[in-house]
This record gives sequence, structure tokens and C-alpha cells, in this order.
Amino acid sequence: MEGGEPKIRLTAVNLTKKFDRKIIFENISFELSAGSSLAITGKNGSGKSTLIKTLANVIEKSSGEINFYSDGSEVKKEHYYKHIGFVSPYLNLYDEFTGYENLKIISNIRGINGDNINNVLKKVGLYDRRGDLLKIYSSGMKQRLKIAFSILHNPLILLLDEPTSNLDSEGVRIVDEIANDYKKDRILIIATNDENEKSLCESEVNLDRGD
Amino acid sequence: MIKQAFAICKKDFSSEIRTRYAINALLMFIIVVISIIKFSLGEEKLSSEMNAGILWIIIFFAASNGLSRVFVSEEERGTSLAIKLSAEAKSVLLGKLIFNTSLTFIINFFIIFLYIIITDLKISSIGLFLITIILGNFGLSSVMTIIAALISKASSKGTLYPVLSFPLLLPLLLASISATWLSIEGTAFSGISGELQIMVSYTIVVITASFLLFDLIWND
Repeated sequence: MEGGEPKIRLTAVNLTKKFDRKIIFENISFELSAGSSLAITGKNGSGKSTLIKTLANVIEKSSGEINFYSDGSEVKKEHYYKHIGFVSPYLNLYDEFTGYENLKIISNIRGINGDNINNVLKKVGLYDRRGDLLKIYSSGMKQRLKIAFSILHNPLILLLDEPTSNLDSEGVRIVDEIANDYKKDRILIIATNDENEKSLCESEVNLDRGD
Repeated sequence: MIKQAFAICKKDFSSEIRTRYAINALLMFIIVVISIIKFSLGEEKLSSEMNAGILWIIIFFAASNGLSRVFVSEEERGTSLAIKLSAEAKSVLLGKLIFNTSLTFIINFFIIFLYIIITDLKISSIGLFLITIILGNFGLSSVMTIIAALISKASSKGTLYPVLSFPLLLPLLLASISATWLSIEGTAFSGISGELQIMVSYTIVVITASFLLFDLIWND
């Protein structure tokens, strides 16, 4: 990196999340910079999805710190959404709109132009079905659209929670390709128990072990 | 922030046009209530005070039926996460507020139009009546929007919405009913200026508090 300072840096220090008195995960710490990737693993209910949502700033942490730096300056929490791409089983898009319209709406909300929409739809293999309403999409097609949603704004950090669920082999190959592309010069985090998804990442945080 | 808010509002209007989630329920409610009032009144004429009271009761319950959808439908369909990942919390609130205010204006002018036709209501001071309705609409939509955000994560949304919003809306409703009654009677501006001041200050306080509190409601 130029001047020894990584262009992108994400640090978590003693991150803890509790729901009432129940501890979901405790004292999780790691540091990632551009070109690194992390797998968050652990058995069902260990808090993988909660941790990845906490990193995306869609739920509040109970204690600890998350710091995100871009070009040497700290990104404000309320602006994380500009730099984070997120795929999750809990994420749903709008059934009453077509695949293209969904991405157009999100582009408008993000305040970016929609020039990238067709490229992204081609990348996830949905270009030919872009005019179909989401309510007639299969679960695999919806998953592909979620992946398109996550990379639409060219984020600096890509957070993927079980990204290949419901996908066929072609879909899995697309996710692998996107993940490999992101971990070259940005940050990739995958919450998973799938061996193939785990193998895409260079480091691992196992929530069962608490490391 | 403004651009994001308008994009969210536009998305909600497009979604409403496709799904008719709120409009159909609201139209049915308004038609049923207005018909019941017509059948129960017969040829009898109501006093201005009664007319103002009944009109605001219809407006309040119509708002209770339709205005919660902006947040409830996002939560029920699991799409709120997509919005959280694409916009700042304040833009979301502003977008939803603009949508709800526009919807309130549409449904309330429809209610008033039908009410005037079926009760043959004569309004002596139309200008003041319109100002009262406009200010009342702003106050109503601002309270209903933040309460919608609050109840969207609860399990018994339908019951909670009117129950939570009624005590908060009471000062606004009392001022609106009084100002509506006096404008129907044909009072001068000075006669209702106190009520109008309450309505304006109330709306400003509610909108300010909403923007201060919304981050806490929106992020789990």
C-alpha cells in the first residue's frame, strides 16, 4: 500500500453482543486491510449472522469498537452503507418490482447512476430475466439478485452471509469469482460453515472457540 | 439526504401503485364509514361542533388504518434491511414522512369532499377551514409516521397503532376540532389563531423529536 498505510482498514476490538443478558458473542477482535479476507465460522446459533450484521452497522453492538478507515480517514458509522456490500438470508428485495427495477430503485436511493445495473445483472447471470417480476423468481435467482444488490455500488467491503445458499453450480462459480475479485484489493468477510466458502478466505474467526 | 428521501418516497408510491396495500383498505374504510354516517343521520342536521368532531374521528381512524404501512410493510416483507443498507436513517424517515404526508392529504381531501356531499355541510370560512385541515394533516402524518416506525417491530401492530398514537395526538386533535368548528361557524382569523399556533408548534416539536429519536428506533 502507498506510504505503508493501507487504503482500507477494518478493525474490531473486543466486540461483544448481548440480547438482554444472553451473550451472543464476546470479545471478538481482528484487523483487516485491503486485500485480506476473513471467514466467520461457528455452529448454528453461534452468532455468525449477528456479527456480520454488527459489522455492517445494521444492528448495534453491546460493547467494543469497530473502526473503518478509507484513504487514511475514519468513515463515520452513518456512512458505512456507502462502502459496504451485504448479502444475507434475511435480506429481501421488492417482489412487486422486476429485477432491473429493484436495482434501479436501490441505485436511486444510493444516489448513484444506474450505468452499472446491466453489467451487474450480466455478471450474476440475470440479464435475460431482468424484466421479470421478483415474485416469479426462484430462490436461486433471488439469491443472485441479492449478490447483484451487494456489488452494485462497488463497495470497499463485501460481507457475505451464506452467499451460496440456494445457488446451483453456476451460481456458486459466480460467487467464487466475485469473492476472488474482491479479496484482491478490498476486504471480503464471509459468514459460513461451507468448506468451499471457507476456502475463499485467508483467515478465520471461529465463534465456537471465541478466537 | 433530500435526494435519498425523495427516492425512497418515489419507491413507496411506485410500490403502492403496484400493490395497492394501503389505498384499497383506506378507500373501503372511508366509503363504509361515510355510508354509516349517512344512514344513521337520515335528514337530520348536525351542529358545527358535532360535524367537526365526527370529521376528525373519521380522519384519525382512516390514518390509523393506512399510515402504518410505510414501516410495517418493510418489516413484514423483510425489505427494511435493503433500505438500511442503502440509505442514512434520517433520509429514510424524511422519505417516509413525505410519503405519509402526501397520502394523508389525498385521503383527507377525499374524506372531506364526501363528508360535505353527504351531510350538506356549509362552511362559512373556507380559507380558514383549509388552513386548519392542512396544518392538521401535517401534524397527523408526523405523529403517525414515527409511531409507525416504533410499532413496526412489535407483534400486535394493528392494536398498538391507534392506542399509542391517540394520547400523542390528543392536543393536536383538540386544537384541530376546535379550529374546524370555528371555521365552519365563520369566525375571523383572530378567533382561531391560538389553535393554529398550537398545531404549528406541535408539528415542529414532533418532527424535531422524530429526527432525534429515529436512529434509536431504526437500528435494532
